[in-house]
Order: sequence, then structure tokens, then C-alpha cells
Amino acid sequence: MARKPRGTLRLITEKCIGCERCVGECPVDAIEMVDGVAVVDYEKCIVCGKCVKVCPTEVFYIEPPAGEAEEPAEVAESAVAAIQAEEERERAAQEELSRRLAEYSGVWVWVEHFKGEVHPVSWELLGKASELAQARGSKVAALLLGHQVGHLVQEAGYHGADIVYHIDDPVLADYRTDPYTLGIVSLVRKYKPEILLMGATTTGRDLAGSIATELKTGLTADCTGLDIDEQTGHLRQTRPAFGGNVMATILTQRHRPQMATVRPRVMRALPRDESRVAQVIHEELGMTKDRVRTRIVRWVPNDESELVNLQYAEVIVSGGRGLGGPEGFRVIEDLADALGGVVGASRGAVDAGWISHDHQVGQTGTTVRPRLYVACGISGAIQHRVGMEQSDLIVAINIDPNARIFQIADFGIVGDLYEIVPEFARQAREEGLKDLLLGVAESTASGG
Amino acid sequence: MHLIVCVKQVPDTTDVRIDPETNTLVREGVPSILNPYDAHACEEAVSLKERYGGEVTAVSMGPLQAVEALRDCIAIGADRAVLVSDRAFAGSDTLATSYAVWSAIRAAEKAWGPAQVILCGKQAIDGDTAQVGPGVARRLDVPQITYALRVVELDADANTITVERRVEKGLEMVVSPLPCLLTCVEEMNEIRYASLPNLIRSLRYEAVIWGVKDLEADPTLCGLKGSPTAVARVFAPPEREPGEMIEGETAAAKVSGLIARLRERLGQSAPVN
Repeated sequence: MARKPRGTLRLITEKCIGCERCVGECPVDAIEMVDGVAVVDYEKCIVCGKCVKVCPTEVFYIEPPAGEAEEPAEVAESAVAAIQAEEERERAAQEELSRRLAEYSGVWVWVEHFKGEVHPVSWELLGKASELAQARGSKVAALLLGHQVGHLVQEAGYHGADIVYHIDDPVLADYRTDPYTLGIVSLVRKYKPEILLMGATTTGRDLAGSIATELKTGLTADCTGLDIDEQTGHLRQTRPAFGGNVMATILTQRHRPQMATVRPRVMRALPRDESRVAQVIHEELGMTKDRVRTRIVRWVPNDESELVNLQYAEVIVSGGRGLGGPEGFRVIEDLADALGGVVGASRGAVDAGWISHDHQVGQTGTTVRPRLYVACGISGAIQHRVGMEQSDLIVAINIDPNARIFQIADFGIVGDLYEIVPEFARQAREEGLKDLLLGVAESTASGG
Repeated sequence: MHLIVCVKQVPDTTDVRIDPETNTLVREGVPSILNPYDAHACEEAVSLKERYGGEVTAVSMGPLQAVEALRDCIAIGADRAVLVSDRAFAGSDTLATSYAVWSAIRAAEKAWGPAQVILCGKQAIDGDTAQVGPGVARRLDVPQITYALRVVELDADANTITVERRVEKGLEMVVSPLPCLLTCVEEMNEIRYASLPNLIRSLRYEAVIWGVKDLEADPTLCGLKGSPTAVARVFAPPEREPGEMIEGETAAAKVSGLIARLRERLGQSAPVN
């Protein structure tokens, strides 16, 4: 006989992140989102505990009753029976699912290139893919689509690919969503990879959403961490949420491939190794020119001289609101020049209109990973920190000894940046710090 | 011409943070706003209406309070607004969201005629995924033009649209047949101040509200059931260890202390060949 489980459902509302999983899981529609947090209708709640199980942040718990056991609640009988039947079905479905998932194997990386020039994020992803494949006991494959880019096949091997799937077709000469989606989707359907990684670049984002929707699989954007869950074998995809204030680990448990995008400079490439030889598999695209719906009619490349190459800079000197005005960037520029680096900025300085957005480091700007990052007059809001925390060395200069930036800096100086920064530039030039920095950068880039 | 703009109500994320002690989300007093990129998409839809004629329908998915975001669209100049709201949509990830939004577009087309242009923001500031726009385009089976910067021309006779888009290496001008889907960047336009009639209209506006049944949507593709991804864990970002504060009587003394330590550390990080 079905009994109403004892106790009462309780909530710790402060833990609720509003993911709504409980709402979808509740068999009696007793949970609703009010102002972004779960609220329980106790008239309806049967204390079945499903919400307790699905909640990722442990909002729910069941409080045992204080006195005697409650009377069986007959209203709940049909609901409880339904839950049991559903659980039975779920067990059978789980077995079928495991069989289906086992058909998928291998870690794939899409090699993004622009007219034959590879975006470094692709090599960084191959580095991560090697780790993941090792954990899964599977192989790393690179997807190379394009026209007359055969020279990149072995290059992908040098950077860690065991297999290169190559589609060469004039239709693929310029990137367009339709043919690239078709090409990758047909490769996935034929060879069934377990994991598919792409760069979180403008092109990678354009493509990834299109492919995941066509394949009806899960896609996690902007991952900063990827690893394998030892027990289940699932890919644990960790990414910042809510503007970097929170980290969330996402799983794709029932679908394959598990797709993720990763920003440039988050993962590390393997050292290029010319002794590695990849196996090459050629495939056809099967799409004629007239079936591609969009046409590129004009192309205006960026003026390279005006570009700020923050992403791959080895030294960055950044200014924030503490500069007090746009003219403050003169001392920042001078120090950047003395150290052989480029100028970065916090969102505060960019929003104030002191410097253009392409200098912005952070969640809504560029993610950087230089050898040396010098933060001047930057308070260290989380949205800035997520973009620069992976720098090898961080130096913070701020007048406020309690600035949060000091909590993550290797070296901190409390003081007026208008005194410290020019002095830093003077001594750096005198001591030839630039040569030391660039020397380190070069030998690290070529060595390992 | 029928223009459909897809929008989302989001928490103003700059105010959300996690308490590292208790690992809980602090969201007291966090206001909900119309996703800023979607506001630009709505502005663009209204300006296309002004250039080429037609009507603008704003579509959103969310809880009932999301009608506020749709009111903002009416204030900008959208003609009507639809909120898709149903507990069956709860827990939707981007794949399930694109299904719900696609269902809503399909229903809106049935009610007010086929759409020529569908506009989205480039991404939402709470998730930053940029996945729903391309997902909706794929489901509608129409071309997508992401990171749209400028609509150069819409040629109703030839049934084409010419759009300039910003990619990392430069500006690309693309011609696409209609219908097509654009995702809009913030530089695309300046959002106008609401005219007084639109403002008054927006305050009184009652959005159309549709549920799963109205959309004739498949419940197994909605919400949690239709979502391949799930949040397994949420935590505060890891902290980097705090380092050393460099003291000194003068700026020169502090800086020379710093440079000595930098020399030390950079010397260490040079690889041993």
C-alpha cells in the first residue's frame, strides 16, 4: 500500500539558482518559480523527494515529522504508483541508453582557419583533447574543412591529432554556416565521436549552435574547464555564469557527441612535434555551390596596424577607473612600451569612454594569458578577474590597500599610480626588463 | 512585411554574486531587464519597419513577469508582443529554448503572416551562450547572419537582404534570401527614447500569452525533458592565492623591490633546455 512519505519538504531559498529543474521534475506541479527562486505549494506537495534528487545546489531537504507517523494519505496513492511505474521505465531506458552511448568514441576538434591560417585556439583545443582522450582511452581527431588547405593536415597531427578527417571542396573556401554545418554533421553521423570541441570565436559560435541543433545534442559555451568524470565517463564542462560571478559544471548525460566551445587562451597547446604522423581520412562534402544560400559579396579586412593584439600578448599593462580620466592611459602606454607589451583596460575604464572596447580584458572583453599582467588602478571586480586570472605573473598597483585585485596578485604595491607607474617604466628601461620578458616569452614559445 | 524579434528577460548580471562562505547565490535586489542586445535587435526591427513597411512582433519565453521585457519592446515601437509561458518549459537549456522560440515563431506566423526577417540579440548577458539564435535559424531552416552590424539593403522584389557582419578578421558583406535570421551586435544602432504614445501604450499593453497547447508543441521536446544539458554543480570561482605586498619608503624603493622579485620569478620560469 502506498503511503505518503513522512515529513515535510523544506527549502533553503538562498541556495536556489533558478535552474528550474525541480519545476520540470515535480510530478504534481507543486513547485513554481517566483522572482527566480523555487516556491513550493504545500497543498500539492506529496514529499516524493524528486526535487531533492535533481537539485544541483541542495535547496531541498525533507524534515522528518516531530511526533507520530502521519496517517497514510490516500490522495497520494495514484501519484506514488505513477512514480514507481516511471522509475521502472527509467531503468529499462537507462540500459538502452548506455548501449547507445557506447557507440560513440573519440575526442574531436574542429580546426578553424581563415584562408588557410589556423586560429591558435584549435591547437589549444587539440592539447586539451589529448588529455581527455587519454582519460577515455580513445583517440584525438581533427576536422579540417576547406579548399586547398592540405598543408594543414599534418600540422594538425604535429599538434596532437591521431586522425584528421579532411573535406576539400571549393564550396568550403570561405566559411559559411550552411556547408560547414552539413560537412561536420555528416562526419559526426558517420564516425560518431563522443566529444566535439570548437573555439568560442565568432565563427565557432556561429557554427556550434547550428550543428548542435541539427544533431539535437547538448552544447556548453565558453568552458574554462573540461575533464572526465571518472565514475560515469561524462565530460564535465565548467563555465562561468552570471557574468563570471558563479561557476557551473554542466553535463550532457544522455546525448552524444558532448559539444563544448572554449575561448582562446584558456587551454594550452602541446609543443609542436614533427615526429607525429596523423592518419588522414578523406570525405566528400556532397553540396553544390548553388545550394549554399548565403553569398559573401564584399570583404574588408581589419586594419592590422590599428588592431590591439591582446589575446596573444606576452605582456599587458592595464588601466582602470583609478586612472581618473582618459589622459591616464599615457602613463600606461609608456609602461607598456618600456616592457614591450600592449595596453589593456577594465570595463570601468571602457564604459567611462576613456579607451576603446578592443582594449577591454574580462568576461565581456578578451581573455588573456600573458607572462606578465600589470593592473594599475583596477579594483579587481570578478568580471575583470575571469579574463586575466590565468596570467603567469600578476602585478597590482592601487592606492586602496583593500582593493580586491591584491588578493590575486603575485606582487602588490599600494601607492599613487601616477608616482609608481612612471618610476616602474624608468627602472624597467634602465634594467632592460623588456629583454628578460621577451627572452622568456620566446624561449617558452619555441621550447616547452 | 512581418518582422519578428526574439527577446529575453535577464537579471542584471553585474549585481549577481556568490557568497564564497556559504556557496549560495546573492541576488537580493537584482533587477530584471530586457537583455541589452535584444533591445538593439528590437530597435533594428522597428527601424526596418520604418524603412520598408510592415509590422513587428516581439516574442519571448519565460515566467509571467517577463511581460515587462515585452513592454519595453512595445515602447521601442513593436506592434505586438507574445509571451510563451508554461511550466512545461521550465528548466529549458538552449536546445529546448530554441524549440520553444521556434514554436512561438511558427504560431505567430500562423496568426499574423509569414515572417521575412527574424531578429535576435547576439547573446544574452546571463548565459552568454549565443546559441539560441543559430538554433532557431536551424529549426526554421532559414539562413543565419550572426553578428550583424548593418542592414545595407532589403530588396522585397528580389526577396533578398544584404547585411554587413563583424567577424574577428574584418567586415563581411553577405547577401541572403528571405526569410533569414539576424543576430544583432550593440554597435548596430542606438536605441531610441520611447515616443510618448508608445510609452503610454507600453504601460497599458497586455501581451498575448501562449502555453504548450496553444503552440501545439511536443511536450517531450520542451523544458527539462527536451534539454540535453543539465547543471550538475554550482560554486564560487576559485581564488588565486594572494601574493606578496611590496613595501618601501619611496616609490623608487617599492619599484626596485618589485623589479628584483620579477627578475627572480622570470628567471625561474625560463625553461631549462
